[in-house]
Amino acid sequence: MKENKKTYWKGLEQLSNDPEFVKHADKEFVELPSSLNEDGSASRRDFLKLMGFSVAAASLAACEAPIRKAIPYVNKPIDINPSIPNYYASTFTSGGDYASVVVKTREGRPIKIDGNALSPITKGKVNAIVEGSILSLYDKQRVAGPMLAGAASDWAKIDAHVKSKLAAAGIVKIVTNTILSPTTEKALQEFSAAFGGAEVVVYDPISNFGITKASETFYGQDILPSYHFDKAKTIVSFGADFLGTWISPIEFAGAYAKTRKISKEKPEMSRHFQFESNLSLTGANADYRTPIKASQSGLAVLALYNALASKAGVATVSAAKVTVAHLDKAANALWASKGASLVVSGSNDPNVQVVIHAINELLGNNGATVDFTNAVNFRKGNDARMNQFITELKGGSVGAVIFYNCNPVYDHPRGAELAAGIAKAKLSIATNGTLDETASLVQVVAPDHHFLESWNDFNPKKGLYSLAQPTISPLFKTRQAQDSFLTWAGSTTPYYDYLQANWNNTLFATLGAGVSFQEFWDRSLFNGVVGTAAEPAALAPIGNATAAAAEVAKSYTAASTSPELVIYTKIGIGSGAFANIPWLQEMADPITKATWDNYLTVSQKWATENGVAMVEENTKKASLTVNGKTILVPILIQPGQAEGTFGLALGYGRSKAGRVADGVGVNAYDLLDSSKGFVNFDVTAKVTVAVTEEAYKIARTQTHQTFMGRENVIQEATLAEYKKDASAGRYHPEIYKDGEFVKPSKISLWNGHKYSQHHWGLAIDMNSCIGCGACTVACQVENNVAVVGKQEVLNRREMAWIRIDRYYSSDAAPDDLSGMEVAAENPEVTFQPMMCQQCNNAPCETVCPVAATTHSTEGLNQMTYNRCIGTRYCANNCPYKVRRFNWFKYHDNKDFAGVNIAQNDDMGKMVLNPDVTVRVRGVMEKCSMCVQRIQAGKLTAKREKRTIVDGEINVACAVACPTDALVFGDLNDVNSQVSKLLKIEESDSASKEVGEERAYHVLEEINVSPNVWYFTKIRNKEKNEA
Amino acid sequence: MQVTSSVRQPLVTGGKTYHDVTHDVSRHVEAKPTKLWYLAFLTAASVLGLGSIALLATLWEGIGMWGLNKTIGWAWDITNFVWWVGIGHAGTLISAVLLLFRQKWRTSINRAAEAMTIFAVICAAMFPVIHMGRPWLGAYWVFPLPNTYGSLWANFNSPLLWDVFAISTYFSVSLVFWYIGLIPDFATIRDRATGLRKIIYGALSFGWDGAAKTWMRYESVSLILAGLATPLVLSVHTIVSFDFATSVIPGWHTTIFPPYFVAGAIFSGFAMVLTLMIITRKVYKLEDYITIGHIELMNIVIIITGSIVGIAYITEFFMAWYSGVEAEQYAFINRATGPYWWAYWSMMTCNVISPQLFWIKKIRTSIVATFALSIVVNIGMWFERFVIIVTSLHRDYLPSSWAMFYPTWADIGVYLFTFGLFFTLFFLFAKFFPVINMAEVKSVLKSSSEKAHK
Repeated sequence: MKENKKTYWKGLEQLSNDPEFVKHADKEFVELPSSLNEDGSASRRDFLKLMGFSVAAASLAACEAPIRKAIPYVNKPIDINPSIPNYYASTFTSGGDYASVVVKTREGRPIKIDGNALSPITKGKVNAIVEGSILSLYDKQRVAGPMLAGAASDWAKIDAHVKSKLAAAGIVKIVTNTILSPTTEKALQEFSAAFGGAEVVVYDPISNFGITKASETFYGQDILPSYHFDKAKTIVSFGADFLGTWISPIEFAGAYAKTRKISKEKPEMSRHFQFESNLSLTGANADYRTPIKASQSGLAVLALYNALASKAGVATVSAAKVTVAHLDKAANALWASKGASLVVSGSNDPNVQVVIHAINELLGNNGATVDFTNAVNFRKGNDARMNQFITELKGGSVGAVIFYNCNPVYDHPRGAELAAGIAKAKLSIATNGTLDETASLVQVVAPDHHFLESWNDFNPKKGLYSLAQPTISPLFKTRQAQDSFLTWAGSTTPYYDYLQANWNNTLFATLGAGVSFQEFWDRSLFNGVVGTAAEPAALAPIGNATAAAAEVAKSYTAASTSPELVIYTKIGIGSGAFANIPWLQEMADPITKATWDNYLTVSQKWATENGVAMVEENTKKASLTVNGKTILVPILIQPGQAEGTFGLALGYGRSKAGRVADGVGVNAYDLLDSSKGFVNFDVTAKVTVAVTEEAYKIARTQTHQTFMGRENVIQEATLAEYKKDASAGRYHPEIYKDGEFVKPSKISLWNGHKYSQHHWGLAIDMNSCIGCGACTVACQVENNVAVVGKQEVLNRREMAWIRIDRYYSSDAAPDDLSGMEVAAENPEVTFQPMMCQQCNNAPCETVCPVAATTHSTEGLNQMTYNRCIGTRYCANNCPYKVRRFNWFKYHDNKDFAGVNIAQNDDMGKMVLNPDVTVRVRGVMEKCSMCVQRIQAGKLTAKREKRTIVDGEINVACAVACPTDALVFGDLNDVNSQVSKLLKIEESDSASKEVGEERAYHVLEEINVSPNVWYFTKIRNKEKNEA
Repeated sequence: MQVTSSVRQPLVTGGKTYHDVTHDVSRHVEAKPTKLWYLAFLTAASVLGLGSIALLATLWEGIGMWGLNKTIGWAWDITNFVWWVGIGHAGTLISAVLLLFRQKWRTSINRAAEAMTIFAVICAAMFPVIHMGRPWLGAYWVFPLPNTYGSLWANFNSPLLWDVFAISTYFSVSLVFWYIGLIPDFATIRDRATGLRKIIYGALSFGWDGAAKTWMRYESVSLILAGLATPLVLSVHTIVSFDFATSVIPGWHTTIFPPYFVAGAIFSGFAMVLTLMIITRKVYKLEDYITIGHIELMNIVIIITGSIVGIAYITEFFMAWYSGVEAEQYAFINRATGPYWWAYWSMMTCNVISPQLFWIKKIRTSIVATFALSIVVNIGMWFERFVIIVTSLHRDYLPSSWAMFYPTWADIGVYLFTFGLFFTLFFLFAKFFPVINMAEVKSVLKSSSEKAHK
């Protein structure tokens, strides 16, 4: 290197040995001369500059930077790919309600529950509660760990305490709701055996004990049959809300819808008669609905029995005569479809249910639509046994009581007595996951895992099994209750091994032919379900209905004048077990459209007589006295309510459910009576109702009840009309142009879009939509739709992207506009799901000043939240009023933290769908037709170098729909299900020619050209009469 | 300049000389504010302060502070907007259109009317900004500014964007027109003033020298601006009416809206000018300049525009019936008989029936009656916009979404804010600016007053 004489100069200055350069040659950075005084020290200016900077920097540093914990995967777990969802088959169960589900997880967090299509029972469908239940996993008010005497403890201490106490407790009782799990039952038996035959007392908050008891009387087996609504041509229901809340509504709704779907190829549908006091979801779907008093219902059942018995030539029973409209018609229809008809009753009175069994026997339905071969396990509660237990507990004879995931202090009619009795037991344990009304009274809380954190098996029907698997590690220091029972019984086997062993010993032998156990287990776990249903066969009766009929004739009256209270369950809240889920509280009740409340439903006639009028949300409270207990409850005027009866929903008035549900509504369980050996939901005596002057507001999402006879909105016909003319009921608006009347679509300002790739569309069958609202909750979960709370619903600002418009018919003449606003006393009901219609000539798109809402190349009307400035012009100009504005900041806002829990606390936020933006305040939002799902589906297809298969992409509402009323797909693909339904010819034009006569656009005359089509509602009745 | 028939009544009474004119107008600018002025100004400023609580609450918490909902996306905000824009029509109409038509009586009132226009347009322009969900972005995103968002650009199809241009053009032209008119008068005040005031008014008068050439240029600029402003009088409210007319909502989708809105705007603008002028002439003792003759002429314009508006209301009903469109028919029946019947009948009473009283000479020449009716008309015109906006939206196509609108304290507060702003500005104007166009009044003195030569 030394030989190298080359010199590199820093610059010409060095070369020329410039004095200025030499002076600064040793300094790395040449300072600007101006910033230096002659002596090289900093000037006053520099001092001020530096000081200013330092002060600013110091004060900035003093501000606490938010700490966001994000733990990176140093080693990526197998099967977890960021942004790729995993799906696990599992099972939802609560109080005997059952659904086989598939849980979608993202980065290890369960975020959505869908139905498991492999299940022969729920067939891939869910209801609102199942959809919403996922949020209960992320409830920060869950019990964080075991508790002893009200203080946090640890499992070792708990186990030691419980074991020692149990050994000395004497009589041990376990109280539970229906257990569907055979392995859990086995574990409980083991526990029971360890503690001197501890009895398992089973009760259900929504009891169907009457049917099992009646089966015992009539058939000698205390079982609940499977009902095959899909095989029934005539359906008669006495107050059974089988589409909403009765026994297995998801299954029944799907089966029922099969009989209601009609087409030119199959222009037949079932005829459905409903006799009930409250207007139920099922009654709203009936072809003939007759309001009857609860005190008459038994006699109406007897009248039907007698009518059929005389047709069959069997002896009739003596009973007081009742006049019930349509009952004869029902009897004739039933007789005409013998063996393919079904009579059900929602009554919990065993005697009534015996007569119902007898009626189905007369009709030859046993073994056809009523199937005891595939008996179901959904309700195994024994009201009589539970009554006895409460008396024992009160008497102090029970040494130890364990509440296994049940809350009888709240949801049993004798809850208050039970609460007092708990203190008398030497040891009281609850495995409940939250400190609810029952768990807060016991000595030991041994919290169970959430169902999404647990292993379990289920036997919903004879021969059919399903599994539950954890979809997330336990969030809290909880322990699976079965493990607790096994530990206390002295076993050391973990429940997972216990479960596998049990399957190996029992089911593997019968169901696992030809494979190893591991393969059998893995396959069952993957599928979630295993086993097949047996062919139904008739079960031979051992008794007859004579004695029961005599009892019924005695206990029901034909002409009672006293007020009656009929207590029912709402589809969204059910028994109240999931009342703390704000999605369910804010879900509009399908019938009343009310949220965040229960209320006394009264008939229009009663309201007029008592001077009650509901103007918008304003109403009064009534003082309701039942058997000496008085509560104040708001009044809701309900068209279709049987005169002289009042309805009140269960599931409300929780006091220890958590921050969402506490104090919402009133507790109706207190008003139930179980003194006759069964929980009676019909209170027909000692009821008084008096209107008070206390004003109240009920938050309803829809306050206008009728459709004002607007044929451009609701198009309907009767089956007979449809058979004559497939386009019966259709309204064809025409516009006069150049000397002739033309379809509105022939006149347009627009050139029309061309969709060369896909053209997404939705077909909605108003005949199979039962209005259950599962879609609304599914949409809320999928699209991170905010919950806004009661006050904001009162302000008419709920955020739902999809709503179900419920319209009553009116008796007024069409030109009597104010008369048309009043619903008929017993109205026909129409449900119309309404979401963004994705118009091809969208009125919203043209008016946005900043082009925040635009049209996609696939027919979607897309909303760009980031661009939206919130003028709300689009919402005003939307003829369907489906756009929703963020009036406030709903996320991370303490004002909404109590209701919008999915967007406010760290736990709740885990449920958010990472594919969907949480909207900020001040922007508009609306149904996107689950564009994130469309995009994901397109990407998958692209990656796999293929075209999209029909059905691969589906919107959340259509996935959840238990009746397949919504069908989504590509209108450009002539072979897609939706194109076939609509009978679409191949075209890339936005305005497709639809061949299906029933299909129509809502508001066709304004030619906004929606991509959502509705099918006319067809009622199977003689003429348009209620 | 113009030949005036001697038969005509003098436009300025009281035998005013040029000096009197200068003195009568300038003395208010030069004198210390009176107690009455302080009282009025402080009241206006307090209303402004109170209203700003509502405005700040809205900006801080969100539009949810107002009574709007999923069905009714606009209510008081756009009602107030259209109402203020309407009021802002009189000034330009008086100065520009009447200038072109050589209506000399305008000279006494055009200054105040133009000032009112400017302030009303400021109040109006506030609403499109604050009614946005995200005004901090929307305030500039609505302009077609170059940006880094790729192809993002304003949507020229949207009537709201047309509004942006219409309002901003109208505001700028009105402001310039008004200011040009003020320059000679500022120079007059400058010439009479000393000290700081001389410097300020000197600056405001842009070095006006009163030369014949300057006057000539002044006249030509006025004429050109009048020519520019005249179509704006028609265009602004026409475009505002497009917000509704181009929509699909029954009750909004109406081709009659442009002329109907313009007539309504002139109607309400004249009423507001009257309200303010009657107070000003009384307080400033300007009865000789703003005479009963002026008031009568303005009342005649109110009868005409009120009748046009009345015909428009009836035509709408006829068209709804004639169209055969169910939703359209319902929208109008609902206006008259639905839950908001009181708003509709307030509108009909205030706008159609009450101005007809001006057919009676005694009423149209009565100061008290004119003052009362001018307020009634403006109440009626507020209801007109409320009826169009809220009753059309609250029951449109799908009965399931029908709803009611109830205003909140913030709705009322923001409306009060604009009143506070308007009157604060107007009182500041009345104190510091010459409220009557001295230069132009002087030009009509000669032809209409015998004593002017003396």
